[in-house]
Formats: sequence, C-alpha cells, structure tokens
Amino acid sequence: MKTRAFEKHYYLMLLPGLIWLVLFNMVPMVGIVMAFQDFNPGLGIFGSEWIGLENFEFMFLLGDSKTVLYNTVFIAVLKIAGNLLVPLVFALMLNELRLQVVKRWVQTVVYLPHFLSWVILSGILLDVFALKGPVNQLLSAFGVEPILFFARAELFPYIIVGSDVWKEFGFNTIIYLAALTAINPSLYEAAAMDGARRLQRLWHVTLPGISTTVVLLAVLSLGNVLNAGFDQVFNLYNPLVYSTGDIIDTWVYRAGLVNLQFSLATAMGLLKSVVSFVLIVISYMLASKFANYRIF
Amino acid sequence: MVREGTFGSRMFDVILLATLIGIALVCVLPIWYTLALSLSDKAAAAAGDVSLWPIGFTTQSYDTIMTDARFINSFGISLLRVALGATINFVVIVLMAYPLSKTTKDFRPRNVFMWLLVFCMLFNGGLIPWYMTIKAYGLMNTIWALVLAGGVQVFHVILVVNFFRNLPKELEEAALVDGAGPWYMLLQIFAPLAVPVLATITLFSIVYHWNEFFHGLVLMSSAEMYPLQTYIQQLVVVIDTTTMTEDEYKKLSELSNQTLNAAKIFIAMIPVLVIYPFLQRFFIHGITLGSVKE
Repeated sequence: MKTRAFEKHYYLMLLPGLIWLVLFNMVPMVGIVMAFQDFNPGLGIFGSEWIGLENFEFMFLLGDSKTVLYNTVFIAVLKIAGNLLVPLVFALMLNELRLQVVKRWVQTVVYLPHFLSWVILSGILLDVFALKGPVNQLLSAFGVEPILFFARAELFPYIIVGSDVWKEFGFNTIIYLAALTAINPSLYEAAAMDGARRLQRLWHVTLPGISTTVVLLAVLSLGNVLNAGFDQVFNLYNPLVYSTGDIIDTWVYRAGLVNLQFSLATAMGLLKSVVSFVLIVISYMLASKFANYRIF
Repeated sequence: MVREGTFGSRMFDVILLATLIGIALVCVLPIWYTLALSLSDKAAAAAGDVSLWPIGFTTQSYDTIMTDARFINSFGISLLRVALGATINFVVIVLMAYPLSKTTKDFRPRNVFMWLLVFCMLFNGGLIPWYMTIKAYGLMNTIWALVLAGGVQVFHVILVVNFFRNLPKELEEAALVDGAGPWYMLLQIFAPLAVPVLATITLFSIVYHWNEFFHGLVLMSSAEMYPLQTYIQQLVVVIDTTTMTEDEYKKLSELSNQTLNAAKIFIAMIPVLVIYPFLQRFFIHGITLGSVKE
C-alpha cells in the first residue's frame, strides 16, 4: 500500500492531543521536583532551596502518614473485593432470570447510580442516613436507637465501601454479562442432557466459563490498592472520622491546598504515584502473561 | 435452555425475581426519597416525617431555586463547560485515535506515541504540581481551566483505537483504490462506522464534565465561577479543618435547609437522567466492542 505519504497527515491529526498531553500532563511532572525542595511560592521551583529527601523523612516521622496509608489500603482493598464479587453474584442472578422485560428494567435501574456524581450521592446519603432519615426511621421500628452514622469513626470505612459497591455494582456487571454471553449454549444443552439441574449447570458450566474474566479483573485491580476514592471520601468525611477515613488523596489536598505545605504534599503525592505506577505495570504484565490480555 | 417445570425450579425463579427487584429498588429508592424530600414542607422534613411520599406537598423549594441567581449562574457555567469540554474531547480523541489505529507499517512511530499515551495515563505529577501549572498558565478563574483541566481521557482514545482496528481491512483498501485521502477516510468511512463507541465516549465525557466538582473548587477563587456540582458541594458538604465534636456535627446537619438542598440535588441530576436512556443502548455495545480485541 502506498500509504507512507499519509504519515504527515497522521502527525497533524495527533498534534492537538499531543499539545494537550504536554501542557497538562507532562509539564506538571516537572513540578515533582518540589518534593525535593523547600518550596517557596515566591521563589518558584527554580529559586527554591534543594533539601534532598528531607520531606520524605519528615513525612515518615508524622504519625498521620501511617494512619493515612493504613486507611487508604484498608478501604481500597475492601472496595476491590466488593466490586469484584458483588457484580459477579448479581450477574449470575440476572443471567438466571427468564423474564426478559424485568431483566432489562433491572439492568437500566442498577446502571444509573454509576452516572451520578459523588457530590449528588453524598447529598443523598447524608439525608438518607441522617439522624431523622429513613434508615434511622427503619431502625427505630426495630427498637434501635438512632445512629449518627457519619460521625462514627468505627463505621465510616464500611459506609464508604458499602456505598461505593452500591454505586458501581450495576455498571461492573456489564463486563461479566458480556463474558456470560460468550459461553457456548451447547454446553448447557449437553449438561441438561446429562441430567444436570440448574444449580449444577451454574456450578459446572457458568462459573468455569466466567472464571478467567474474574481472575483477569482481580489482577488488573491490583493497581488500585492506593486509590480509595478521593471524590467519595472528600464529600462524606468530616473531622470526626479522620482517624479512620482520611486517605492519601484527601490528606494531600488538606496538606497542600488548605495548609499550603506544598513540598510535603507533593512528596506524599509522588510516593503514591510511583507506587501505583509500579503496581499497575506489574498487574498488566501479569495479565498479559497469564491471560493474554493487552490494552491495545 | 431447557425449560423445567418442577416445583423447586419455580420457587427458585420466584425468589430470584423478588431478590432482583429488591436490589433494583435499593438503587432507586434513595433518589426517590430525595425527590419526596424536595417536595415536602420544611417543618415536616426537619421533623423526619418524610419517608417515601412528600408530606405537606409544596413546590416552594423549586420556586425559590428559580429565583436564586447563584444557582442559575452555576447551572449555566456547568452547561457551558459540558458543551465546550465534550466537543473538544470528541474532536481531539477522534483525531488522535485514527493514526494510532494504523500499523507500524503505515505509521512508523505509532508504537512510540502509543506508549507515550499509556505512560501519561498511568503517571502524573500529582495534585500540587498540577495545580501550580494551571496557575502558571493564568487559567485560574476562567472557564478554560475547567474545560481543559479535565481534558483528553487517554482511556477513551484507546477504546476508539481498538474499535478502529477491528473494522474490516477491506473497507480501507477499497477506499484507497477509489483515491480516498486520510482525512476523507477518517471522516467519511471510519467515524460513521464507529458511532457506537463514539456515542459511548461522548456520553462519558458529558457525564464527566457535568459531574466534576473538584476543579471548580480549587481552580476558581470566586464563588461566582463555581460550576453546579461545586456550588452544591459547598452547600451540602461541610468542610471544617478544625476539630469538631459530635454535637457540633449534629447541629450543623440540622441547620441545613433540607428541602431546598434536596431540590437542588434533584435538579442537578436531571441532565444525566435525561440523556441516560437515549445513550444507554449505545454504551454497553461501545464498551464491549472497544475493550475486547479479536
């Protein structure tokens, strides 16, 4: 094909996107040097004093950083597990449903929360779990004292995980449903011929057919171990639950943009970016090696 | 699938149906409750009498909002942001995806650019350097900060690249024989065939720009420039960096005007609720086609 002449047009097509990547993604990477400086906004990154790893050392001395790291990993790991398993169970149930009309209706409804922002959903959750809200009304019907849910540090991580799974399980089901349609229907017929009942077919045909997808998603989610979800935590937390709810991203926001400790916040952010990057690369390598998965 | 009429199997069906409907209700009831709250009388809401039906039905909250200049202003900013942001995203993504969908035979540095893109997707400077950069560009307090900061979603470029690559090669060969150039090829042949995936990424970028609140919070120094989500966030969510006792928290949540806030939250949901049913049939198709390779 004589398509080499097209190459200059291809560069032209790439140009807008590349300009954007350079301006908004790569230039900020230069700012990472702040992590190794005693950054002074008046002097800028070229005038500020270099202090090597002092920010990192100071960070590890802070009691905060251990709490924040623990909270981040704890919330993120629970979220990963919940977001893998709940959609799986839900997809299997949906797959067994024979009424196609109901199936489509249920699907439409459960996808919806995914498209609403955490600002909106926080507003809703704060009302639903309010002292006089419906959840407490329901609990009081069983004689339970009203609970101020969002002021209880010991409950906070579980509310975060639960509400995230609630928001995303429908949307995460899509990928499982796609994998389920790929299972050869003749396998079900063969199993039925052999006298397998519904639960047996589920166990011996459906589950093995979908297991590679589950493993693949589990491997790929490894990269999210430090992503506990800024938008959600930021919109739901308050000083009462910092001890269990403060995560790396919210800590960086407060340290950097509220308390103006630019260097310290950059150092913490850098540590998070590097660890996440390494984890994502490892998980993609594992996925491409064992499941032949490639992103492009 | 073989039909079975045994009693156990039927019981299984009934329980399954009830459970699934129950799960679906759990997804809509909180939204329904917000609507009921927004249409209720203030006193009834504060007393906690509202459950699933408005108590003392009134549209007073909505009347108040219609005359609230700040709400309407931030609604307008959000609309402008979505229009500009989604259009720019669309153009940039389509233009970028086409050359990257070529093989290295047709576009030699293709893989270099692809890895650059993936690197930028996975690694970034972090919050503070990003903030400083936008500030240095002088974009603070302008609509462009909101439009550009969200910018190109690399993952969406990859979705479109994968879709383009799965289109039959014969199409391209036939067009080449007819003398089609690269721009004609993209605009007249590839883009029209990619409607499902393009609709998907457009839906996602509209929803993204509509829902995003953080850029408004940190990049806009005056509240008049807040997009809707940031405005609502400031109303509903109390951020106090000092210490706080449980009683103070309780008082703060009781002080807020619940019915008015509920109405604002509900109005902010409307655009998503309106476009969602139209694009829903596209996005499932789009995601599965773009993410699964042959």
